[in-house]
Amino acid sequence: MSEPVGTVRRERALWVAGLAVALLVAGVVSWYASGSPDGLEWAAEQAGFLDTAEDSAATTSPLADYGVAGVGSERLSGGLAGVVGVLVTLLVAGGLALLLRRRGRDSASAAD
Amino acid sequence: MHVPDGFLDAPTSAATAAVAAGGVALALRGARRELDERAAPLAGLTAAFVFAVQMVNFPVGAGTSGHLMGGVLAAVLVGPWTAVLCMTVVLVVQALLFADGGLTALGTNVTLLGLVAVAVGWAVFRLLAAVLPKTRTGVLTAAGTGAFLSVPVAALAFVGLFAVGGVADVAVGTVAAAMGGVHVLIGLGEAAITVAVVGAVLAVRPDLVHGARALRRATLLAERPASVPAGAR
Repeated sequence: MSEPVGTVRRERALWVAGLAVALLVAGVVSWYASGSPDGLEWAAEQAGFLDTAEDSAATTSPLADYGVAGVGSERLSGGLAGVVGVLVTLLVAGGLALLLRRRGRDSASAAD
Repeated sequence: MHVPDGFLDAPTSAATAAVAAGGVALALRGARRELDERAAPLAGLTAAFVFAVQMVNFPVGAGTSGHLMGGVLAAVLVGPWTAVLCMTVVLVVQALLFADGGLTALGTNVTLLGLVAVAVGWAVFRLLAAVLPKTRTGVLTAAGTGAFLSVPVAALAFVGLFAVGGVADVAVGTVAAAMGGVHVLIGLGEAAITVAVVGAVLAVRPDLVHGARALRRATLLAERPASVPAGAR
């Protein structure tokens, strides 16, 4: 059952580094994202059906369009929305994976 | 490529919702085989990472941008069934909290980005990984090619849905031409990000990369001294 200490430490390091990168990308780097229409929007415009798009019922969400309602600074608002999104996604997907996981077995290699 | 509400008619949206629900139900069963004590936390992280990178649109010229879809990246890291679940969680969070992608179009988006992109990309990955050398470069080449192809294929799948249930009266060929070209370019970005991230994880923890299991086996076989008889261990 026990793994080499170095392996566990490196696993934790990978996890912490991965989460840090995700938070940095969503919280800071996202500010520098291209504001041009994405491929589908652009194609819809070119082909002439962009105007058939309707607002989603979720546009009333306080986080709609990757901003936090009530936060004045656009940069802060977008960054906070990104951080919230990363944490919510982590909790939901991580929680689901923990519920589904095979228990009491050390590694996938045992099953393959 | 998040389809908004309104592009597709109600029957088509309902049909894709049923397809998505069926696919997710299968994935809930399939993911049990992929997720063990060590892979489960990584699945959460993979979904969070895909969410983050999807926020960063990169320019692809002609006043257009694209962002990572991430289905093949997730499949190579945590397995295809788990990838379907990761993509579904990302798309649900985006649609409900951020109004990114429509609500009635949620099934369409799960079908395109979750099911089609993952299935096609993973099939290409497996096929190439089987014929390419069992090396780091082989795994990355297969991952990059699968990621690249997953984007135009998902885009063309949208065109197929538009042909069946597009609300606007626009020639399908016009839509296909506009969608195809730009998504080939976006696919190049998809491939670059996928190769960079899989390469980084392979460098530190190759044992955690689902798609590199063959690589591990090959390495183990290579490391075993040929002169030692199996019974001597």
